[in-house]
Amino acid sequence: MQKVIRKSTPFLYLSPTILLLTILSLIPIAMVFTYSLMDNVVMNRNPVFVGIANYVEILTNSVFQQAFSNTMYFTVMSVVFHLILGLSFAMLLNARMLSPIVKAFFRTIYILPWVFTATIIAILWRLMLNPNGVVNYLLATVGLIDSPVEWLSSRQLALHSVTFINIWAGYPFYMVSLLAGLQGIPEELYEAGTIDGADRRQLFWYITIPQLKPIIVSLAMLDFIWTMHQFTLIWMTTGGGPIRATEMLSTYTYKLAFSSYQFSHASASAFIILALSAFVALFYVRQQRATDE
Amino acid sequence: MNNTLSKPVKSGVTRALLLLALLAGALYAGFPVLWMISSSFKSNTEIFAYPPRLITDSFSLRTYASVLSNPEKVRFFLNSYLVSILVTICTLIVGVFAGYSFSRYNFRFKKPLNMIIISIQAVPPITLLIPYFSLIVALQLYNTYTALVLTYMVFTLSYAIIMMTGYFNTLPRELDEAVMIDGGSSLVALWRVLVPISLPGIVSVGVYTFMIAWNEFLFALTLTKTNDMRTVPVGIQLLMGQHSYEWNEMMAMSVLGSLPVLLLFLFFQRYFIAGMTAGSVKG
Repeated sequence: MQKVIRKSTPFLYLSPTILLLTILSLIPIAMVFTYSLMDNVVMNRNPVFVGIANYVEILTNSVFQQAFSNTMYFTVMSVVFHLILGLSFAMLLNARMLSPIVKAFFRTIYILPWVFTATIIAILWRLMLNPNGVVNYLLATVGLIDSPVEWLSSRQLALHSVTFINIWAGYPFYMVSLLAGLQGIPEELYEAGTIDGADRRQLFWYITIPQLKPIIVSLAMLDFIWTMHQFTLIWMTTGGGPIRATEMLSTYTYKLAFSSYQFSHASASAFIILALSAFVALFYVRQQRATDE
Repeated sequence: MNNTLSKPVKSGVTRALLLLALLAGALYAGFPVLWMISSSFKSNTEIFAYPPRLITDSFSLRTYASVLSNPEKVRFFLNSYLVSILVTICTLIVGVFAGYSFSRYNFRFKKPLNMIIISIQAVPPITLLIPYFSLIVALQLYNTYTALVLTYMVFTLSYAIIMMTGYFNTLPRELDEAVMIDGGSSLVALWRVLVPISLPGIVSVGVYTFMIAWNEFLFALTLTKTNDMRTVPVGIQLLMGQHSYEWNEMMAMSVLGSLPVLLLFLFFQRYFIAGMTAGSVKG
């Protein structure tokens, strides 16, 4: 009896977690997979099994293909620039000649974009990027543009504009982690490097970057997954437009389900996004294992 | 190093360049925020005035008064506070129990369970939304607080469990064993001993959880229907849907809507940053 109690204790503590995660993730994932194999579920009372027909339909759909390439551009550019900005800011803040108060002050300002939610970031930038807005005014004042630019409603620029906004919104996450990483690099490594005659650039490429590599890889993978899922920012700035120029996998899937009520196609699309994320996550887990060992 | 410049001059130049870079960075990060605050004090006709100015003649708190005296908009804020606080409390309770179990016990399925908890963080919200919609309707929870609190936990729980397990792992087992030798149960050990000393970790998780819940948009948009159930992010979107844009009101709503997270950030900066870093540095 005692043994049974001892054995069941950990599960007792875990029971709320197991219950919640079953309801909130295992069952829903099974559901979405089932939906994706049926013809129009939810709307249709007696849906029939159609196999992979929905997947074929989605994967050959030109809107889906454009949403896929938009998402990849948006995600890759965001990850690259988040890393560049995050590392630059972290290195600025790590400079030895700054007093702690100055550092704390600038660190607080640099983290600010992270504090705001995507909805608010979206409307704030819609205000600033408005053709009559402050960004065009500033660019015109310094002579970079002659006439007002339609940042968010031009087909050529909209994707770059939303990517720019997302870069602004996300770099602090990198900065904070990389700053912690920089502070963890032992000073002796740099001293040894300097004695061996390395210049600043060499110290950066042969000591700083290799020391930060595990953090950089983790950050980039997490960010890749999260950025690929970004919905709110796009929905609130362009809604996927103009004419699909900023359509992402998430906005496309949402529209399939909640605007055109094609829940089976939406489920197939949603499951493809899940598979893509799982693929990236697999690399993440393997990387984590490699660092642990 | 080259010796064309004397050392103090060189360090002076480096210092000036560093400060210049710091200020440029501050402008990039801070100007949009400043612009949001500035616009919230303008009248709507001055929003796109040429040339744009930070402080205009009609500078006033009128917009805030108008937002805060509108019961429908105040309701958005109350809803957001209620849902976020409930999510934080529920997540902390469930997360502390689970973290304790992972940290102190060995049991069957420990590894696979842990794997599932970690992988849930990679599941796209849009993938869950479609089945959630049917589940919530079937459970008759559509357009209720329960629907939001329950579904938000899928985003907050994994992080809380991983963080709490890590935190408990840093505390020596002798602490809780001492309680159990004195005849106390494991629950007493957890509640009386581990939870009080884990407060910094709990605060970090709490701040992070509150922020995720406060910011959530997609589920709130889809799982609620009537304006009296809407949260701030959805409320702001509703303001945008109207034919004429009340930019100053939207900016005032944004400032008010950012206030709780901003204050948490300023007062709990250490915990806030600890929460942000945990994911990637420790791995």
